[in-house]
Amino acid sequence: MTANDPARVAVKLLIYAALILWAFVSLFPIYWTLTTSFKTAVNVTQGHLIPFVDFYPDWKGWRSLGLSPDTIGQTSTVREEFLLRFVNSVIASLGASALAVVIGSLAAYGLCRFDYKFGWMRNRDISFFFLSQLILPPVVLAMPFLVLYKELALLDTKIGLILVYTLMVLPIVIWIMRDQFETIPIELEQAALVDGCSVWGAFLRIVLPIALPGMVAAFILAVVLCWNEYFFAALLTSTNAKTIPVMVASQTGSQGISWWSMAALSTAAVMPLVLIGIFLERFIVKGLTAGAVK
Amino acid sequence: MAVRDLTIDKNTAASRRATAGRIVIAAASLGLAAVILFQLLYALDLTASGFANWRPSLYAFLLWGAAMGWAQVLIRGEAGHRALFVLPAVLFTVAMVIFPTFFGLYIAFTDWNLSSFAGRRLNGLDNVRTLINDAYFWNALGNMVFYVLGVLVQYVIAFGLALLLNAEIRARKFFRVAFLLPFMLSPVAVSWMIGKSMMEFRFGPVATLARHLGWDSPAFFTTPWIARIAIAAMDAWVWIPFIVILLLAGLQALPREVQEAAKVDGASPWQSFWQITFPLMLPVSATAVVLRIIFQLKLADIVINTTSGGPGGATDTVSSFIFREYRDRSNVGYGTMVAEVYLIVIIIFITLLLNLVSRWMRKVA
Repeated sequence: MTANDPARVAVKLLIYAALILWAFVSLFPIYWTLTTSFKTAVNVTQGHLIPFVDFYPDWKGWRSLGLSPDTIGQTSTVREEFLLRFVNSVIASLGASALAVVIGSLAAYGLCRFDYKFGWMRNRDISFFFLSQLILPPVVLAMPFLVLYKELALLDTKIGLILVYTLMVLPIVIWIMRDQFETIPIELEQAALVDGCSVWGAFLRIVLPIALPGMVAAFILAVVLCWNEYFFAALLTSTNAKTIPVMVASQTGSQGISWWSMAALSTAAVMPLVLIGIFLERFIVKGLTAGAVK
Repeated sequence: MAVRDLTIDKNTAASRRATAGRIVIAAASLGLAAVILFQLLYALDLTASGFANWRPSLYAFLLWGAAMGWAQVLIRGEAGHRALFVLPAVLFTVAMVIFPTFFGLYIAFTDWNLSSFAGRRLNGLDNVRTLINDAYFWNALGNMVFYVLGVLVQYVIAFGLALLLNAEIRARKFFRVAFLLPFMLSPVAVSWMIGKSMMEFRFGPVATLARHLGWDSPAFFTTPWIARIAIAAMDAWVWIPFIVILLLAGLQALPREVQEAAKVDGASPWQSFWQITFPLMLPVSATAVVLRIIFQLKLADIVINTTSGGPGGATDTVSSFIFREYRDRSNVGYGTMVAEVYLIVIIIFITLLLNLVSRWMRKVA
C-alpha cells in the first residue's frame, strides 16, 4: 500500500467528511445563537443565516440587554439584572468549586495514603460513601433542602447555593483527586517524613505542588458543572441569589418570538464556558478522564 | 533509667492530652446540644426566648466540627493528624445528606400542599397509594427506560467519533475542541438554542431543513414519539462529547504494537476493530456507559425548559415530573414520596447494573 493508493485517499476523504460534518453539528447551534443575537425580526422570519451577506447585523438583541454600544453608557435595569445574575453565577460556581477542591483533595489524599477505621467504616466504605452521592438525583434533596434552608435562613442566599453545589461536585472532585494522588510516588513523602516533616508538612510542601495540575482540572470541571446547574437554583433562589440559567429559563417562556434578545442572553450565558472550552480544553479532558481510563 | 523516665513522661503527657481531648469533645457536644435544645423549645413554643431562625445552630455545628478535629489530634496524636484529612469532607457530606434524607422520608408520608391552608399532616400510606395509581408517574418511568436506552445510541456514535479523532488527521486540536463544546453549554441555554429556536416550527433552521427534505409540517414537539426523539437528540448533542473524551483517552492508551501486529498479519480494519480494539476498549466503554446512565437518570433541565414534559407527558422524566409537582402544584408531600421511590428504584437499578457489568467483564476478560 502506498500513500497514493486511491482507496486510501477515499478513506481519508471520508474521515475528513465525517469530522467536518460533526464539527458542523457541534458548532452550528452556537453560531446560530450568536448570529441571531444580531438579527432583526425580518431576518429571523426570513431565515437569514450569514451576517453581512444575508443580513446586516443589528444591535437589537444586545440593546434589549443594555449591552449594545449605544446603551452601554446609559442606566439599564435589564443590564443590572443580568449583571447581578452573572455575578451570582460566578460567585456560586467559583466558591463551590474552591470549597469542593479543598475538602475533596484533603479527603482524597487521606483515603489514598492512610488506613482509616471509623467504627465499621474502612477506606473502601468511606470512598464508597462519597462516590455513592453521585447517584443521588437532585429531586430527592430538593424539598428537604428547601425546608432546611428556610429554617436556617439560607434560602435565596449565595452561601446556600455554594453549599449545595459543593455537595454536588464533591464526589467528582474526590474521584479525580484520588486518581491524581495515586500517581505520585509515596517515596517522596517518606523522604520528607524522614527529614522531620509532619504529615501535613509533607502534604503541603511536597505533594500539593505536584498535584496542582490535577486540582486545576478538578476545579475547572467543577466550575463548568456548577455554572450550568439549574435544578437547585430554580428551587432554592428567588430574587437575590438567582443565577444565569434561572434567568435564561424564566425569559424563555415570556419573550415569545423576540429571538434576538433571547439569543443575546443565551450567548452571554454560554460565552464564558465556550471560552473555557477553547482555552482550557486540556484541563477539562484531564479532569474527565482521570479515574476512568487506566 | 533516663530512657524509661522519658517514656513515662511521654505517656503521662499523652494521657493528659487525651483527657483534654475528651473534655473538648464533651464540652463541644454539650454546647451543640444546648443550642439545639434551646432553639427546639422555642420552636415548639415551650419557651418564650429563642433565635429568629436556626442559623445559630448551624454555627454551633461548625464549632462542634472544629472541636472534633482538634480533639482527634489531642487524643490520637499522629493518627489524629491523619484523620483531619477526611474529617471535613465526611462531616460536610453527613450534615448535608443525612438530615435531608431523614426529613425527606418524613415529608414523603405527609399530606402537605403549600397552597392549601391545612399545613402538614401525616397521612400514612396515602401517597404510596396515589403513586401506584398515578399514570403520569409510570409514564415518566417508562420514558426513563427510553432515555437510558438512548445512551447506547450515544455510545455507538461517540465510539465512531473517537475512532475518527484517533485516526491520523490534521487539525486534530480544532476538531477536539469543536467536539467538546456542546458539553460545556448549560442545558437550559441548549433548550432555547436548539429546542425553542432551531427546532421552532415556523422559522427554525432545523424545521426549514426538514421542509426541504420533504416533511411538510415539521412540528417537533406535538407528536409523542417525535417529541421524545427530539429531546433524546438534544440530550445526545450535549452528552456525546463526554463519551467521546473518555473513549478517545482509552484509544490513545491502547498499546500500538498490538494493532500494528494485526495489520502485519493482514487483518482488515473491520476485523482488527472487532477482534482487537473493541475488546481492549471494553473496560473504558463500561465505565463511560455506566457513568452516562447514572447522569441520565437525573435528566431534567432540557425537558423542563423545552417541553415541560409535554405533549401529554410524552417527554416527561421522573425528575421533571417531580419538579412540576413542586413548582406548579406545590404538592410537596406527594412529590417527595415520588422522589424517594425513584431513589430506591435508582439504587436497585444501579446495583444490578454494576453487578451485571462486573460479572460480564470477568467473563470476557
